[in-house]
Amino acid sequence: MKLKTLSLAAGALFASTAIAAAADCATIEVGAAISLTGKYATNGVHTQNGYEFAMKKIADNGGIKMGDKCYNFNVTYYDDESKGDRAATLAERLINQDKVQFMLGPYSSGMTKAIAPVTEKYQIPMIEAEGASRSLFNKGYKYLFAVLSTSEQYLASAVTLAGEKAVEAGGKASDVKVAVAVENDPFSLDIRAGVLEDAKKLGMKVVIDEKLPRDLSDMTAILTKVKLIKPDLLIVSGHSKGAATAVRQIGEQKISTPMIAMTHCEAADVTGNFGAAANDILCSTQWAETLTYEDPIFGTAANYETEFKAAYPEYAEKKVPYQTAQASAAIYVYKDAFERAGSLDKEKVRDAIAATDLKTFYGSIKFSEAGNNVAKPMVLRQIQDGKYKVVAPSAFASDKVNHPRTN
Amino acid sequence: MDQIMGNIDLLIQFPIVNLKIILDGVMIGALFALAAYGLALVWGVMNVKNLAQGDFVIGGGYVSWWSYHNVPYFHPLLGVPVAFIVMWALGWLTYKLVISRVIERDLFTSLLATFGLAIMYAQLMNLMFGSDTQSLVLDVTGLGLENNYYFADGLIDLPAAKVIGVVLAAILATGVILFMKRSRMGQAIRATAQDARAARVLGIDTEKVYAFTFSLNSAICGAAGAIIVMVWVIQPFYGITYSIRAFVIVTAAGLGNLPGVIAAGLGIGAAEQYGSHIFGIGYQQAIAVILLLMVLIYRLVQQRRNRQVMQ
Repeated sequence: MKLKTLSLAAGALFASTAIAAAADCATIEVGAAISLTGKYATNGVHTQNGYEFAMKKIADNGGIKMGDKCYNFNVTYYDDESKGDRAATLAERLINQDKVQFMLGPYSSGMTKAIAPVTEKYQIPMIEAEGASRSLFNKGYKYLFAVLSTSEQYLASAVTLAGEKAVEAGGKASDVKVAVAVENDPFSLDIRAGVLEDAKKLGMKVVIDEKLPRDLSDMTAILTKVKLIKPDLLIVSGHSKGAATAVRQIGEQKISTPMIAMTHCEAADVTGNFGAAANDILCSTQWAETLTYEDPIFGTAANYETEFKAAYPEYAEKKVPYQTAQASAAIYVYKDAFERAGSLDKEKVRDAIAATDLKTFYGSIKFSEAGNNVAKPMVLRQIQDGKYKVVAPSAFASDKVNHPRTN
Repeated sequence: MDQIMGNIDLLIQFPIVNLKIILDGVMIGALFALAAYGLALVWGVMNVKNLAQGDFVIGGGYVSWWSYHNVPYFHPLLGVPVAFIVMWALGWLTYKLVISRVIERDLFTSLLATFGLAIMYAQLMNLMFGSDTQSLVLDVTGLGLENNYYFADGLIDLPAAKVIGVVLAAILATGVILFMKRSRMGQAIRATAQDARAARVLGIDTEKVYAFTFSLNSAICGAAGAIIVMVWVIQPFYGITYSIRAFVIVTAAGLGNLPGVIAAGLGIGAAEQYGSHIFGIGYQQAIAVILLLMVLIYRLVQQRRNRQVMQ
């Protein structure tokens, strides 16, 4: 009897220490200025949820282990109101007043561009997941790391694909005529640069090359031109407004271009809003849950999607956005770097981050000198019967591309 | 330069495209004219330059969008009258709470107040509906119509939603002009616009006239928004586009010139389409602003000449 209680007590004690293990871990203070209100609010919240989910998941797995100690993340969030100057001020405040030694990135290239000079000045490492502009990686920043593919890669794969299709049809890649319509902002101009570069490499002719105004409301003028000139590939990038306007008016004007590729299809919910008009359009994405990546913490990409939806029921009806997945990946890179550095010294952690070579559910992560991730390709999906199917790059593709589009 | 020549060449090679560009421009201009219409009223009658104009438009769009998603069997076309009524109420509330307090003050007070309103409305919509872009697809096949009409081998397309925009703009324009000319309220509005103090002396309740005018403006904007959500997309922060166009159109047309507003709206729409075809879509807005500049310079010269005559 006595023995039994004793063993029960011991069992209880043991259980409580096991539970306490994660809870008793010390904390690592991390700071983030993120857009919770203003025009980037939706994606800002996706990003924050990605951070939070990953931290919870890591804490549940015993936290960050350094020797015999363990740590958990504690993030101080500030709302940058989607304004660059505000983001920079908040970064100063996080570093000077809240004394954080490590930063997580904000949402969007613009905000990252505003914060990076600050973190650089104070030599605070920042891992960001949402700033893809290549101008972030030609400034010689040493403390900025990005887990995502840079923006000039976004639609470049569509050019390659169009070339392959031309060859399959018995022609040459250089026969392809390309039309480009991108918004006049840094992100979309990067995309344009990537497309033009690859088109030039393959000897393709760019027949339309126009920049959409930021407050564009109508694309009929440019689509009329597409109708007359008949290019083989149409590239559109203009955030969710551009995607929505393009898909709607491509349907209205019966544009018969055999291949159309764009960004922000999910953000604009083109399948839900425009149904059949969106069919066979190619959409670029950083990540898709059907990819075959995996890691020990989050499991496969599909598993990440399932567990995230369980934790955040508001996503149950839709797909988990890639913005969320890459935010989680940024946290995972921090965990890995802390464990390899074995120290909370920001310089040692910075060097550990720079040496990252990690396979994650989000894709491989390995940083170049400049701090961008060079190990993960961009994914191209085609909308087939209202569903997003991965069609390129061919190594990870689950489906074949429909070419030419039916409309 | 090559590109510009190439674009002009396209116009000559396919003459039918000219017709398409003008039609597109008129359909787009009609929607901008609707947003400008109320502004001309408010500006002319109350001397309030409403910077929240575009936010009323987006507000109307969200009324329609919300109703579509929350009211069973709601047809997007119903959104137009519903948005008209809801935005009328919101306009009235805005007038009573804010505008009535600044109307007698100087220009800057009313500019600041409406600027503040614009920011507040945008943020409110952001909190209520989220910052995703939204739109509705108009399906009129149930009414025995086509969603899109095609002519000239499919080169010219007339989407039903845009045609409805033009028809509605025409109905509203004639309606408001008749209303101004014939009805007691219309006469009171015109009297107040000419001389508020004299109107008051003659027993016109100018307070009521102002409240009515501002509500009417908001309601017209709301109706425009309910069409825009079927034609393009809305987002809480897109109001500014419509505010700017409305200001350009009203300035070009001249204050209190309601038929002029329609003409200027359609003209700017067509000019923008032509400009963006020839110079590239990036210059679309530049065309509108250059037109405005030309009108203003023309006016200035004309006024100077008038003054000389007076001397």
